[in-house]
Amino acid sequence: MFEATSLNRRNRRVEWLFSALFFLMTVLLVVPVALILGVLVIKGQSAVTWGFLTGMPTQGMTAGGILPALLGTIWLVGGSILATVPLGVAAAIYLSEYAPDNWLTRVINLAIINLAGVPSIVHALFGLGAFVLFARLGTSILAASLTLAVMNLPVVIVATKESLQSVPWAFREACWSLGATRWQAIRRVVLPNSLSGILTGVILTVSRAAGETAPIMFTGAVFYSPFLPQGILDETMALALHLFVISTQVPGVPENLPYGVALVLITMVLAMNATSVAFRVHLRGKKKW
Amino acid sequence: MQPDATLAVASTSSASPRKGLERHGDLNSRDSAWYQDKAVAAIVFAGGVSAIVFILAIFIFIAKEGTGFILHTLDLKEFLTSPAWRPTSERQPTYGTLALILGTASVTGLAMVVAVPFSLGAAIFIGEFAKGKLRESLKILVELLAAIPSVVWGFIGLSILNSLIIRVFHVPVGLNVLNAGIILALMAAPVITTIAEDALKAVPDTYREAAEAMGATRWQIVVKVVLPAAKNGLLGAVLLGVGRAFGETMAVLMASGHSINIPHSVFDSVRALTATIAAELGETARGSDHYRALFTLGILLFAVTFIINLAADVFVRGVKRGR
Repeated sequence: MFEATSLNRRNRRVEWLFSALFFLMTVLLVVPVALILGVLVIKGQSAVTWGFLTGMPTQGMTAGGILPALLGTIWLVGGSILATVPLGVAAAIYLSEYAPDNWLTRVINLAIINLAGVPSIVHALFGLGAFVLFARLGTSILAASLTLAVMNLPVVIVATKESLQSVPWAFREACWSLGATRWQAIRRVVLPNSLSGILTGVILTVSRAAGETAPIMFTGAVFYSPFLPQGILDETMALALHLFVISTQVPGVPENLPYGVALVLITMVLAMNATSVAFRVHLRGKKKW
Repeated sequence: MQPDATLAVASTSSASPRKGLERHGDLNSRDSAWYQDKAVAAIVFAGGVSAIVFILAIFIFIAKEGTGFILHTLDLKEFLTSPAWRPTSERQPTYGTLALILGTASVTGLAMVVAVPFSLGAAIFIGEFAKGKLRESLKILVELLAAIPSVVWGFIGLSILNSLIIRVFHVPVGLNVLNAGIILALMAAPVITTIAEDALKAVPDTYREAAEAMGATRWQIVVKVVLPAAKNGLLGAVLLGVGRAFGETMAVLMASGHSINIPHSVFDSVRALTATIAAELGETARGSDHYRALFTLGILLFAVTFIINLAADVFVRGVKRGR
């Protein structure tokens, strides 16, 4: 009675066929990651030595190390995180805990979506006009960090909002019924329970900021600087821009040098992403509700 | 033990009953916690509004530099229909963006032709077919794909894909529409895949269960039930992918060849709008026509991405609200 008819068998074959096809498509999407990493490691590893990481570039950037670019990236990322995290967390708390469902909230959400969609080079134009020229910060770490901060604001807001909203609503109601104010409930219960989720978002933002090139090109990062950055009003080199410069602007660079820079940059970025993924998996295992 | 404990409770509660009542019993009281709460509400409100402030500021600062140029110098017909972008010409600088617009369009178009089928296929596989560990690892891999910085993609186009294209197709130059299109496809794919998978997930399981109860196979469920129900969300996902590819700067600058051409085949080098700003802004004098022309390109980019994102939001959110 329940024997497979020819129609059943055909259906099953079709299903198998398409599931295999889609699996193949997925694999073709993720294979490039492995290939790229492989090529970068093979061609770049000979360049990455301790002296490469801690030395100054020499002979017009065709030899030597990448220390100023590495330090510059750390300055820029650090500065942008300091600016963007408090603001982003505040915005997320407002949207998740306070905002009524009205037109203003809808406009804020629209603004966030558009902020995330604005091309990076337009952020660069904005940074140049607003921070470098209008605020008279000049091309400096500060101006570039602020540009990166505006660009990464939506990432922080969305990640934080998600982790705030994953805290069950009943937790808040329990606090209020004990006489806690909104802020007491947020500070003592909601924030502690979503802190690790927020941290995951912050790590992700760090990794994004480290890889950005266009927004810092005209706002604070320079092609070459013989000095290490000393303060937030200095110009600086940056790893991402350095990769662009030595692979397109400087003639006579030995082949393994840009591969080495790319390897260092992608290792930094992927290591941070892996941390954030591991963090999230760990969290999901620990969650009690 | 027992009486002591009761006594202790009694004594603490009787120590200052009035005070406790005054501090917490009166719902109209405004103690420091109340003021703190109001202050925080104001601060986070400012944070929320800052998103609006920034998007307005971006528009104002770009428009400020660009509008004077649009009103006084710019010939709109030339701007949109002439392929001659010669801002540095000594005799007669011209600001035609047709070649740049077509450059961006060709690269974005090719990227979508490659990325959309693969991303939707991947989203369907991850969302509807894959299970457990396989599903989780594929999602993580897609996320890692999204994490690779744009300048690294550009470098890959410049070094690896360039020589690959020259060798496979026997063309003299490997930095062209094809190269940039493939790179952009790989950059846009994780965006499309992630949002599309969300759209599939938004289709309620009861739909699938109902179809399954009638004897439908998984494939039939996907084609006849899930995809039609999720089509707006999928469209939104594709639009966000278009926005991503359209606004990409460094990767296109490095992989497209960056030469002004109206593309006739995928092996022509082109130049994109975004890349033009990135390459030329550093060399212009502040306030010059060339400088303001680049900001005008910025207005164009801002306006187009604004529309794309708005449209994508309407589709993506329609899915969430509809059910």
